[in-house]
Amino acid sequence: MKPFRIIIRSIRDSFKSIFRNFSLSMASVICTTITLILVALAIIVTVNVNHVTKSMEEELTVVAYVKKDVGSDEVKQIENKIKQIEGIKEVVYKSKEEWRLEMKGYSSTLEVTLDYLETNPLLDSFIVTVVDVKDLAPTAKEIRNITGIQNANYGEGMVEGIISVFDVIKNVTFAIVIALVIVTAFLISNTIKLTIFSRRNEIEIMRLVGSSNTSIKLPFIIEGFLLGIVGSLIPIIILIYGYIIAYEKLGGTVSFGLIELVKPMPFVFYTSLVLVIIGSVVGMFGSSRAVRKYLKI
Amino acid sequence: MKFIRIKNCYKVYKNGVAAIADLTLDIDKGEFVFVIGASGSGKSTLIKMLYREERPTKGIVEIGGINVAKLRNRTVYKLRRKLGIVFQDFKLLPKLTVYENVAFALECIGMKGKDIRPKVVKALDHVGLKDKLRCFPNELSGGEQQRVCIARAIVNNPKLLICDEPTGNLDAKTSKEIMTVLDAINKDLGTTIIMATHDKDIVNRMKKRVIILDNGVLAEDHAIGTYKTKEVI
Repeated sequence: MKPFRIIIRSIRDSFKSIFRNFSLSMASVICTTITLILVALAIIVTVNVNHVTKSMEEELTVVAYVKKDVGSDEVKQIENKIKQIEGIKEVVYKSKEEWRLEMKGYSSTLEVTLDYLETNPLLDSFIVTVVDVKDLAPTAKEIRNITGIQNANYGEGMVEGIISVFDVIKNVTFAIVIALVIVTAFLISNTIKLTIFSRRNEIEIMRLVGSSNTSIKLPFIIEGFLLGIVGSLIPIIILIYGYIIAYEKLGGTVSFGLIELVKPMPFVFYTSLVLVIIGSVVGMFGSSRAVRKYLKI
Repeated sequence: MKFIRIKNCYKVYKNGVAAIADLTLDIDKGEFVFVIGASGSGKSTLIKMLYREERPTKGIVEIGGINVAKLRNRTVYKLRRKLGIVFQDFKLLPKLTVYENVAFALECIGMKGKDIRPKVVKALDHVGLKDKLRCFPNELSGGEQQRVCIARAIVNNPKLLICDEPTGNLDAKTSKEIMTVLDAINKDLGTTIIMATHDKDIVNRMKKRVIILDNGVLAEDHAIGTYKTKEVI
């Protein structure tokens, strides 16, 4: 029962302390709020950039052209061989007739030209999607070695460039989020240190009257947890309402419809959860670190 | 067996200052002992070693058969629950009432709420502050604040009360009142009291055992001593 009493007392004391040291508690909350707003913005940018790059990556494919003299049975065999290659996501057959119809739609000149020709000069093909876009080049190389394949293209040169740009964007945005989380941790930890500094006498008395280190730390850790949660409330509200309103106003896209935004649901809820976790964990960690100094442990 | 046993004890601080050197002394249960000496003689270091705020560099500091020098930092609280400590600067929490300040010591160790009240009232009664339960420290005189500090120190019925210059901030009349309270605690409750002080009048009037420290060394130990100003101070 004793540990239970100490926990109850710690919870009660942490609430009391928040109100007794109201101005410093507010400073911690404001500090948490500001940094978590920045974290939320960084997460929004990162997730949307990833979303855009992922959807663009999905459009990158290898087109494998089948030689003219290959029969339908052999086409089936080629398809099976392609499917056996490691890292293949999807293989879709596209006949030369489908190509002709598609190309006729590109321009009137092309339409007239294709109609003028007595025979279809195009080739039957396979549109191959890979799991990881970095596998495009080796996959194309392997497909070229299959008997009956005329050629396999994936936009050599340009694709490599796009992939490296995507990699840079992903790494930079991820680094920004991590850096902001670290900055948040430092800011919250330092503000809590101020709160604890003002209460060092209380900690000293607790030590001298025989409180165990755990029972001294516990109210401060709970306080840090509560301040972290309260500090994450405003960023969450801004995130949920701000993102939903922005999404609706922009019609779900930016840059004249070129970039599609991530749908608000369930994105805002997951991000809110991340913000609460960052706020509370950093609050607890900051308090625990700050109080250790006065425990002489 | 002696209640407090200090044997060949040394304390050298990190800056090389030797605060205590080869100190050996015993204190019986129920004794009232004054520790006196000039500033820097090692009084506060000795007091701090007793409640294990400082650890001796070498030697034994035993209280009730336990060598406190060997206690781990995270188990020191077990020792402190058996002690009462009174400070010169009172160390009261200004935002808590007199009652809450005393109850704080029991709440910190996880005592049941219903057990706390009678103990707090009894301790405050001992120091003559039963009628000031709801006052805040800033509404009390220096002597009254020190009495709250004493009540907090004795509320858990400690076997040993350690006082670090408890009258240092008080005038002669108030100091006398505080000593009356401490003497009553020693006599009525049988609590062993060790008190570091500079107050000549108190030492001379109380006629208790006096330990004189000089540069960290036990200079004199008198069963009924007086404050020696010429030789030591």
